[in-house]
Amino acid sequence: MSSTEGFSHESRDPKWVQFLLIGLTLGFVFLLLILPLGVIFWEAFRKGIKTYALALSDRNAQSAIALTLLATAISVPVNMFFGLAAAWATTKYSFRGKSLLISIIDLPFAISPVIAGLMLILLYGIHGWFGSTLQSFGLQVIFAVPGVVLATMFVTVPFVARELIPVMQEQGSEQEWAAVSLGASGWQTFVKVTLPNIRWALLYGVLLCSARAMGEFGAVSVVSSNIRGLTNTLPLQIDALYNDYNAPAAFALSSILASLSILTLIAKSWLEARIDYRSKDKEELL
Amino acid sequence: MSVTGTMQARRLPGFGLTLGFTLFYVTLMIALPIAALLLKASAVSTTELIETLKSPRVQASLRLTFGASVLAALINTFFGFVAAWTLVRYRFIGRRMIDSLIDLPFAMPTAVSGIALMAIYAPTGLIGQHLIPWGIKTAISPLGVLIALVFIGFPFAVRTIQPAIEELDIEAEQASASLGASRLQTFTRVTLPSLLPAALTGFTLALARALGEYGSVIFIAGNLPMRTEIASLLIVSRLDENDVVGACAIAVVMLTATFGLLLGIQAIQWFIQRKTGRS
Repeated sequence: MSSTEGFSHESRDPKWVQFLLIGLTLGFVFLLLILPLGVIFWEAFRKGIKTYALALSDRNAQSAIALTLLATAISVPVNMFFGLAAAWATTKYSFRGKSLLISIIDLPFAISPVIAGLMLILLYGIHGWFGSTLQSFGLQVIFAVPGVVLATMFVTVPFVARELIPVMQEQGSEQEWAAVSLGASGWQTFVKVTLPNIRWALLYGVLLCSARAMGEFGAVSVVSSNIRGLTNTLPLQIDALYNDYNAPAAFALSSILASLSILTLIAKSWLEARIDYRSKDKEELL
Repeated sequence: MSVTGTMQARRLPGFGLTLGFTLFYVTLMIALPIAALLLKASAVSTTELIETLKSPRVQASLRLTFGASVLAALINTFFGFVAAWTLVRYRFIGRRMIDSLIDLPFAMPTAVSGIALMAIYAPTGLIGQHLIPWGIKTAISPLGVLIALVFIGFPFAVRTIQPAIEELDIEAEQASASLGASRLQTFTRVTLPSLLPAALTGFTLALARALGEYGSVIFIAGNLPMRTEIASLLIVSRLDENDVVGACAIAVVMLTATFGLLLGIQAIQWFIQRKTGRS
């Protein structure tokens, strides 16, 4: 436990300051982050493993899991494809309005999920721009499964693109130019040259995108009719159970999502060490 | 073949395809929804819009949302700074685990965070039950809203300030010390000023996130009109009542505030780049 290895004597804080700040950080992190995480599993298993298993095997819970997986399985690949195209277009070429385009791609991060849901209602609701047209083809979007999928897609649009753009910007296009000048097609260049260079950043974006897709609540709750067993995703089902005073079941389902978020954090740290986002962390690995 | 290829290819292949798809997708998924909201709001007469916003319930919810968000962002900037400093400068057991854990509010679904906070701070909850005898009500009170917003904004503050501390020029600190400055003087005169832009950006990001937060707040807030009803929830209530215009009016106010904050961040960044001469 060498406390300030690498820092010279002059920049070392007094011992009591170190203890105070470390104590403050640990206390805050425990109270704010560790306690809520612990409480989920405690509440989930408090009534015994039988109650837990029963809550997970419930028919509506199963259908909520299925809908969550469906929405994730559609939005993640679509937004991954979009992220690759957007990163290629904005880093391999220069054109007017490029930085504006990059800012617009980031907008879904800035828009409150509830407002995102409202926007989708204005477009696809019965009185919306496309609502009646789609209705005449027998396709109901809002208060139905397509709305849930669309809302999930909206909130996850930027995840892959925003991880890839800085990485591809930094790598430049020299390798791609070399491949093309040797006769490789665009597709070959992308698969054989670009993709291997960006694979960790791509995986990182996909990871964050999936975590958000599975956990989205606000946007989805606005466009879903909250019908159990039909248009409820896992977070919506948790909300419904909690409002029914069925806290053990709500926490049982929450424990699945909480476990997934712990896995996300572990995978995230593992990937970060590979992407060289934070050079300090990398130095420590060596 | 390859020679003519090089001669012709002033661009890498795929320009039309990738840019075309990007523009199509961005228009359909992002621009169109935003346009729908703005058009809906602009179709409403200004007087009607102002009437909606002047109603006491809307005023109360806007006051609560902005007040609690600013306070939460301030708390986050302080603790975010302390946590970032600790994680970068000190070595202690569990440091890397704590570092990874900071992002929990990003990774955890907001509804899950919401009921977890409720289990802790409800009158019968883990901490809530010990505060009730002192007359402190942590759930179904503005304090509950604040707690949830601190939870959700914390990683934004830490993750913005942390890289700035990592990049700090240790030599400047050493120079200051060798010129006879005390550690505290060095910190307040040399270190703190160079971290100010990052702290300001972290504050703004945490604030922007807090303004739009919904899932983690609604459980612990209890959603009493005029008292603990945040703006996002009021939008949902208006939609449930089929009052789309009312929902749009509040949404436009919130959206304008968030976009204004993000433009502010751009301005801070632009200012720093100009000052340090980096482009």
